[in-house]
Amino acid sequence: MTGSVTVVRSGFFTTIQDEGRFGFSKYGVPSSGAMDKKSYGYANLIVGNKTNAACIEWTLQPPVLQFSKPTLIALSGAKIDAFLNDKKVDMYKQIQVNANDVLKLSACRKNMYGYISIKQGFLSPVVLDSSSFLKSITRKQRIETGDTISYNEIEYYNNQFATISIPAIERNTKELEVYKGIEFDLLSPAQKSILLNSEFTISNTINRMAIQLEENISNTIPPIFTSAVLPGTVQLTPLGTMIVLMRDCQTTGGYPRILQLTEDSINQIAQKRMKEKCSFKLVKFI
Amino acid sequence: MKYELQYKQYSENAILIQWPQEINENILQDVLSYKKNIVTFYGELIVEVIHSYNSLLIVYVSTIENIYTAFLELKSLYDITGEFVSEETRVWKIPVCYSSTLAPDLEVFASKKKLTKKEVIHLHTTPVYTIYFIGFLPGFLYLGGLDDVLSTPRKKTPSLHVKKGAVAIGGNQTGIYPMDSPGGWHVIGMCPLNFFDPNNRDCCFASSGDKIQFTVIEEEEYNAISSLVEKGMYAPECVIL
Repeated sequence: MTGSVTVVRSGFFTTIQDEGRFGFSKYGVPSSGAMDKKSYGYANLIVGNKTNAACIEWTLQPPVLQFSKPTLIALSGAKIDAFLNDKKVDMYKQIQVNANDVLKLSACRKNMYGYISIKQGFLSPVVLDSSSFLKSITRKQRIETGDTISYNEIEYYNNQFATISIPAIERNTKELEVYKGIEFDLLSPAQKSILLNSEFTISNTINRMAIQLEENISNTIPPIFTSAVLPGTVQLTPLGTMIVLMRDCQTTGGYPRILQLTEDSINQIAQKRMKEKCSFKLVKFI
Repeated sequence: MKYELQYKQYSENAILIQWPQEINENILQDVLSYKKNIVTFYGELIVEVIHSYNSLLIVYVSTIENIYTAFLELKSLYDITGEFVSEETRVWKIPVCYSSTLAPDLEVFASKKKLTKKEVIHLHTTPVYTIYFIGFLPGFLYLGGLDDVLSTPRKKTPSLHVKKGAVAIGGNQTGIYPMDSPGGWHVIGMCPLNFFDPNNRDCCFASSGDKIQFTVIEEEEYNAISSLVEKGMYAPECVIL
């Protein structure tokens, strides 16, 4: 049987996300996928899902959800207090849900993105091999109050009390490990030193496409021909603004690529809020 | 012709291959043939190969364990990449309506260039453009071949709403907006075709290496083609050379 989640309140910006959309860069299609893939991965792991199962990703303010049929869910990512029918439930643990149960999450005080996984994944339309919401690809760009999302009813569990004790999110550090970007060596020694020895501030220009930093670095690198970029690529604009590309970024860009965040650093910076600080530590490829 | 290529690790699981920093069709053909070999050889081991004017970014499924082995493998694949023999080239006829009612910037653009509207249209429809790659927006074609006379710096303040189908010039490039978007290019015409369909695995009828040519249509024909496109009953015209 198919159950459905009714979105009682949508939260600030809530979407469906999975690992992302691959193989369509030849048509300029971004990869998308969960902003913090580590937390997303844990949410699926706890309920025993396949790695690509579709989860709900919420931003800053979580949604309120009502379930029509029994199932199993898990919560990960941004730290919140969670209540199922007003009874407190834990993050990073399997949560058994019965018909008509209501899931409420308290205001989020720290971090940006939270994940709600469900046994066998949310049955959101798959477009170009992925359920990840994206403007001009999926019909919906965000989950709205009153929406319903389908899932497979799970009536019987073999009680496996899967739990993760030290969530990755607790390990949110200021220092982000980075590799040299393709155009890194075109920076002057002074520019490199500022880049690697200063603290930078997350600006208020943050979205699923990119995170802009507040501080500038003078840019003396000549323009480059438009070339491939990836999530985690740090671009330097002609005005000296640093832009950290995130999951919904374009496939190509024309600004010099001065740094590349490690996969772990991408997940870490995703969870940083406006005004939070970060610094870059250069690491070598293994 | 073989080029001196540079191989660089881009991330844990990606390698960038760079050609000399110039834009020309010989490089494009070399990039495309090499890409084809890489995709065939690695198959499921790679998730994505992104190409542009003069680079290829190969994204592997898993972390690269030994970069030197990976480079060597790629280099040997380049060695066996034959000279590109183009069997056939597809030339797409792209209808464009250059009527001022649909193209907000055409008149200002023409007067800035000290040209008549007719001359702008003539200069824009004469060349056969080459599709280098698709990027910026899904279905946005990066075209080479704009007449130097039409080359114009982008607008200082981008327009917030450029309409889907807008045919525009920015710098030494011309292109068609596949969807509504902010943009800093000068809109000189409107094209009724659909350049991106996410419900089809071949999301765009055209691909890199194809050619396109703009043909002039009047507003009446623009409206007629638009309604056919909406019903999914219009196939873009294609000539095979």
